[in-house]
Amino acid sequence: MPKDSPSDHGGIGASPKRREDVRFLSGSGNYTDDINLRGQAYVHFLRSDMAHGRINGLDLSEAEEMPGVLRIFTGEDFKTAGSIPCGWQVTDRFGQPMQEPRHPILAETHVRHVGDPIAAIVAETLNQARDAAEAIIPDIEELPAVVDMQAALEDGAPKVHEDLTSNLCFDWGFVEDNKQAVDDAIRNATHVTTVNLINNRLVPNAMEPRVAIGDYNRGTGDYTLYTTSQNPHVIRLLMGAFVLNIPEHKLRVVAPDVGGGFGSKIYHYAEEAFCTFAAKALNRPVKWTCTRSEAFLSDAQGRDHVTKIELALDKDNNFTAVRTSTLANMGAYLSTFAPSIPTWLHGTLMAGNYKTPLVYVNVRAVFTNTIPVDAYRGAGRPEATYQLERVIDQAARELGVDPIALRRQNFVTEFPYQTPVAVEYDSGDFNRLIDKLEAQADLDGFDARRKKSESNGKLRGLGINCFIEACGIAPSNLVGQLGARAGLYESATVRVNATGGITVMTGSHSHGQGHETAFPQVVADMIGIDANMIEIVHGDTANTPMGMGTYGSRSIAVGGSAMVRATEKIIAKAKKIAGHMMEASDEDIELKDGKFTVAGTDKSLAWGDVTLAAYVPHNYPLDEVEPGLEETAFYDPNNFTYPAGAYACEVEVDPETGKVTIEKFTTADDFGNVVNPMIVDGQVHGGVAQGIGQAMLENCIYDADGQLLSASYMDYCMPRADDLPFIVVDHTNGTPCTHNPLGVKGCGEAGAIGSPPTVVNAVIDALQSGGHKVEHIDMPVTPVRVWAAMQDA
Amino acid sequence: MSEVSMTVNGRPARGRIEGRTLLVQFLRETLGLTGTHVGCDTSQCGACVVHVNGLAIKSCTMFAAEAEGATVDTIEGQAAPDGTLNIIQQAFQDYHGLQCGFCTPGMVMSTAALLKENPKPTEQEIRSYLKGNICRCTGYHNIVKAILAASGQDVTGIPGGIAAE
Repeated sequence: MPKDSPSDHGGIGASPKRREDVRFLSGSGNYTDDINLRGQAYVHFLRSDMAHGRINGLDLSEAEEMPGVLRIFTGEDFKTAGSIPCGWQVTDRFGQPMQEPRHPILAETHVRHVGDPIAAIVAETLNQARDAAEAIIPDIEELPAVVDMQAALEDGAPKVHEDLTSNLCFDWGFVEDNKQAVDDAIRNATHVTTVNLINNRLVPNAMEPRVAIGDYNRGTGDYTLYTTSQNPHVIRLLMGAFVLNIPEHKLRVVAPDVGGGFGSKIYHYAEEAFCTFAAKALNRPVKWTCTRSEAFLSDAQGRDHVTKIELALDKDNNFTAVRTSTLANMGAYLSTFAPSIPTWLHGTLMAGNYKTPLVYVNVRAVFTNTIPVDAYRGAGRPEATYQLERVIDQAARELGVDPIALRRQNFVTEFPYQTPVAVEYDSGDFNRLIDKLEAQADLDGFDARRKKSESNGKLRGLGINCFIEACGIAPSNLVGQLGARAGLYESATVRVNATGGITVMTGSHSHGQGHETAFPQVVADMIGIDANMIEIVHGDTANTPMGMGTYGSRSIAVGGSAMVRATEKIIAKAKKIAGHMMEASDEDIELKDGKFTVAGTDKSLAWGDVTLAAYVPHNYPLDEVEPGLEETAFYDPNNFTYPAGAYACEVEVDPETGKVTIEKFTTADDFGNVVNPMIVDGQVHGGVAQGIGQAMLENCIYDADGQLLSASYMDYCMPRADDLPFIVVDHTNGTPCTHNPLGVKGCGEAGAIGSPPTVVNAVIDALQSGGHKVEHIDMPVTPVRVWAAMQDA
Repeated sequence: MSEVSMTVNGRPARGRIEGRTLLVQFLRETLGLTGTHVGCDTSQCGACVVHVNGLAIKSCTMFAAEAEGATVDTIEGQAAPDGTLNIIQQAFQDYHGLQCGFCTPGMVMSTAALLKENPKPTEQEIRSYLKGNICRCTGYHNIVKAILAASGQDVTGIPGGIAAE
């Protein structure tokens, strides 16, 4: 179906102007905070200022008398509510389920991280709610906090949850049956390279802070939650079924325009349940708008792995085994998908692009008195890629071989390829990607550029990275075996209107990805009508089929495929109608460029003739098909998709200050077929920027008492325009996915997965070129860290 | 509570405010001009940039009372009355200079201020000027490109980033 050249009706391969843009550019978007309901009250959450403490009591007496205060809620009010659920249960190396603590809506007996909500003040105005919060006198006895993961696992360490046996959530081994063989291979290897590294904790920081508005209609018993979510159906199911006991048919969840997510808006958060609950309790809409300072204390954070990786090689430099040992921070509670990130989304990628026959991954997940950690753009795959590509780079240096040659030598070259870590890659061509990269990044010219930098007193480094990721996580029956408590299909309803226009209701959700523009391109191609005749509806459980939402680069691969399936049903039915109208067998009907023809005749009908007949069925095969033209499909993929890439980064390091600047960043990605090249380019730009942010600027830091030190944009360094260069992107060497109808793989996370090791490899290369024997610097590679490493080396 | 009045997007606007009401709150909550966004509470992100008496300011750093009698321009007033996007807005669409759209109003308003004082900024001047506007989606690549294009400069040599057809 995908074509080499863009279609003339704005179909696959075209880059039409984004439809979303006009409303966003003219200030008429409809973000959740832009919604105000008649009679709404406002909630402010009083949050813990200590990382661990026992709640002895809360004196609300003065606060309750403050002007405008409607009610103050505490944990006592939610004793009968369910725990905020975790959507993935990991089974440990010994066959036991992970430890899974209760996660209350408001703290009950203890506070367990800075920012844990203690009380919720609902008032007529937000300022009144905030003022009243100041008047609450909490009696909280501070307890010792555990922040460092290693310390948290020591005997006698303070426990984050008193009722658990320890701070160990689980000890996971993968593939456990390979453990002995991996140990043997490493013992018998010609060469073993070891790297110890930290994958720094990050704060996702979508620019729109979270917002929730609960509404309840006493007359009908219906609840509505407006929320900044990547997956409104998932929130409806989790909150309704597990927390508040509201059946889906009485609960509508709306996620309107959402200002970025990057994973942080996947999860069901306590504030959503609170606003929904309080709306009924007070019989008024209740609105919560998160401040940025509050977001730092309440949005799930990302990464935070401490890893030792060993790579074994034989005498010919073939990779023979990889063994890793990782501590993964869960924070104080299990966020919705937290346990899946360091396990199934990380361990399964430890073969990377290479035919390493033996892999063993050990992950111990640890509770600490910090904000919960969950998926952030890439989710487990950046952590896997970072380890693997750092250790390969280091191995090349130790062995004195070219890092690209070492990678090429060990590439998987035949597909499908069954890795030793469960997943089967369906397609790819890693050599072609690196060929493209070498040309596009002008690697032949690097030496000359290095000399030029050196003549200016700078050290220049080149970093290379190859990666593969697993996107569109599926199929449901497999992920169910792995512990997912959800299905991972996607849905679409294609509603053809009487005059031929089409409304597609998707369970997928757009929060910057441009679905409203890209999804119609697919349907336009299938029917041969102009893309402008097709409209996408998403983000409201009331008018979209049950779908799992957007994350894991799944929208076009899974949601797009569901839309294809539904459109195929539409076309099949339309052909039946056309066949009847033209007195021909539907098998002889062809649909091309929006026109139905009968093979071998000059009979034809326009698309609109047939759609009108479906709704005005006067001349219609009523004994064969029902009137109307509306179809729904649920698509459950039979494998992940496997986007891959090869990235190159050139940095300059100022040896006087340790400051690193990115001089050149080049990507060559395999996303399979590409629906909208403009949007794909933009996704890579953004992903690379976030990866460069992780590598050079961003760091979420707690002190030993669990106080978050990087809790605002003054302390947490977001990438600014002048931190980044133009990024050279390419995705013209795609190998189509073999198992979905579009041949697409997904592009949302690649940049964030591929770029951190590229940058760090470049910095190490620069320092080595200056004679500094630096083997590793943990991210972010700030001037002080680089300078210190140069002094120590 | 006191009364404040100003001219917003060419029209008189007035409302009752607390002393602590920020200009951005007045615009969003009193006037219903929700195009101006709030992305932080430390005046870092720039999603709330508007023009007050012709100068770009972060409307979260200014009390509404301070804007008494002022002329305020927001994102809602940038397009022509018939909805036609202005040259900056159009360049952002043409060059895919926005994704989720949340930082976009501030970006457009900052760009307008930049081009007023520097009609042909270089890439580095643009990047430097945008330090006060954070975008998490685009990596700034297409924003910088859009601004170069909006200022009438040739962007064909800039790598990557296909423009809309």
